[in-house]
Amino acid sequence: MQDVKYTRPASIQEAIRLLQEGGPTARILAGGTDIIVMARERRRDTSVFVDIKAIPETMGINFDAASGLTLGAATPLYQIYRNETVARIYPCLVDSASLIGGTAIQGRATFGGNLANAGPAADSIPSLIVMECVANIVGPNGQRQVKAEDFCTAPGRNLLEAGEFIVSLHFPTPAANSGARFLRFIPRNEMDIAVVNSATNLTLDGNTVTAARISIGAVAPKPLFVLEAGAALIGKPLTDETIAAAANAARDAATPIDDMRGSIRQRKHLAYVLTERTIRDAARRARGEAAQEH
Amino acid sequence: MSDRIFINTTINGETMEIVADERDSLLEALRDRIGLTGAKEGCNNGNCGACAVIMDGRLVNSCCVLAAEIEGAEITTVEGLADNGKLSALQETFLEDAALQCGICTPGFLVASTALLDFNPHPTEHEIRFWLAGNLCRCTGYDKIIRAVQHAAERA
Ligand SMILES: Cc1cc2nc3c(=O)[nH]c(=O)nc-3n(C[C@H](O)[C@H](O)[C@H](O)COP(=O)(O)OP(=O)(O)OC[C@H]3O[C@@H](n4cnc5c(N)ncnc54)[C@H](O)[C@@H]3O)c2cc1C
Ligand code: FES
Ligand code: FES
Repeated sequence: MQDVKYTRPASIQEAIRLLQEGGPTARILAGGTDIIVMARERRRDTSVFVDIKAIPETMGINFDAASGLTLGAATPLYQIYRNETVARIYPCLVDSASLIGGTAIQGRATFGGNLANAGPAADSIPSLIVMECVANIVGPNGQRQVKAEDFCTAPGRNLLEAGEFIVSLHFPTPAANSGARFLRFIPRNEMDIAVVNSATNLTLDGNTVTAARISIGAVAPKPLFVLEAGAALIGKPLTDETIAAAANAARDAATPIDDMRGSIRQRKHLAYVLTERTIRDAARRARGEAAQEH
Repeated sequence: MSDRIFINTTINGETMEIVADERDSLLEALRDRIGLTGAKEGCNNGNCGACAVIMDGRLVNSCCVLAAEIEGAEITTVEGLADNGKLSALQETFLEDAALQCGICTPGFLVASTALLDFNPHPTEHEIRFWLAGNLCRCTGYDKIIRAVQHAAERA
């Protein structure tokens, strides 16, 4: 490991000060499942870790129907997927949280770290996007709110400015008769990086779609919010034809690369298949039925 | 140079002060500073589970934790599973079911399985396999490990 200082601020202001003093090589430490390994392997120059887990605002899960769900940015995934309220009202977040890494990774890893790390294949970001997540960001110039779909700018890059970090993630209360689902394709059941992933959040009125948000990952430099896919469903009945139109829109939006995990052709095909499946499962959940095992 | 730091923590029920390097991982502190070499370094990047320990009731990979982070925490390593020399049920069934060959993965599997049975005393085979998906074994083919966990659960 490179020489590095460890700091554990107890307040937001102290953390901002430490980030400013440390400059570009000061790194927020949440669960550490990305940054400790990157610092050790010298993929990120790191002079100081700013551990945000002692800051009360970064930890915990708060829900009320009027204002929605707020997750502290450093809340570990296992607490999120074991929370009964989250499991009942936001099952799509549980889909993501419960398949990032294995049990020991989930004991530490966070949504805040997954979002900030801005990986093209990050498994929380499509779910954050379709669930209308807003990141509450603090920094030297005060607070600001950024939508999940606007947060990543390029592989490993986000729009945080010097001294800024994410304190919490906010989600509105899902509409009545809505449902959401996240799925990813990997060659085994767990512990691999997504070849493609996809999330859909739908609201139904009878069989008519009144709202739809669809996001796909690992098919572009950053997770994509595919407006055209949602538009193919909104105002229409949910039929094989409209589902196919939405899945086609997701495939068309995908601009993947060839690499050892998958070819362009396979990834475009998967964007179609996973989008179709997440739409069908989101509709099942909207109707109060269980999603399917895939 | 990284500074020397002093960490107050509880390991296997014993409160202690550890002197470590500020950049040490928890795995390095356990193995190199206090001689608890049960946790193994397989990959040093979070993928193999050989370094698994229980930290405040949850399973973590000690190579992905900084030693400095365990101030005030309670850590259980494989050395803490036996009770005064009496093996835990899982340790017994790992032996009886021959759930190990070379043994390098075994401390991680024992710690991870202990955390599983603490959380879910009667897991299904599916639940065992998913819980242990972050632990890699090159030798056994996993089936004997799964069986040992099932047998330990039956004894509880
Ligand atoms: C074995 C293994 C398996 C994995 N499997 C998956 C997987 O299946 N899917 C997946 O998507 N990822 C996976 N990952 C990657 C990683 O676990 C996730 O990205 C995780 O969510 C990162 O969260 P963290 O809290 O550990 O982040 P950290 O490592 O603490 O931080 C990650 C980055 O974000 C910054 N950061 C963290 N929190 C904040 C914040 N609140 N505000 C601003 N910046 C912040 C850090 O400075 C750092 O640059 C895996 C990693 C390992 C080691
Ligand atoms: S050595 Fe820590 S997970 Fe492999
Ligand atoms: S017994 Fe050899 S790696 Fe598991």
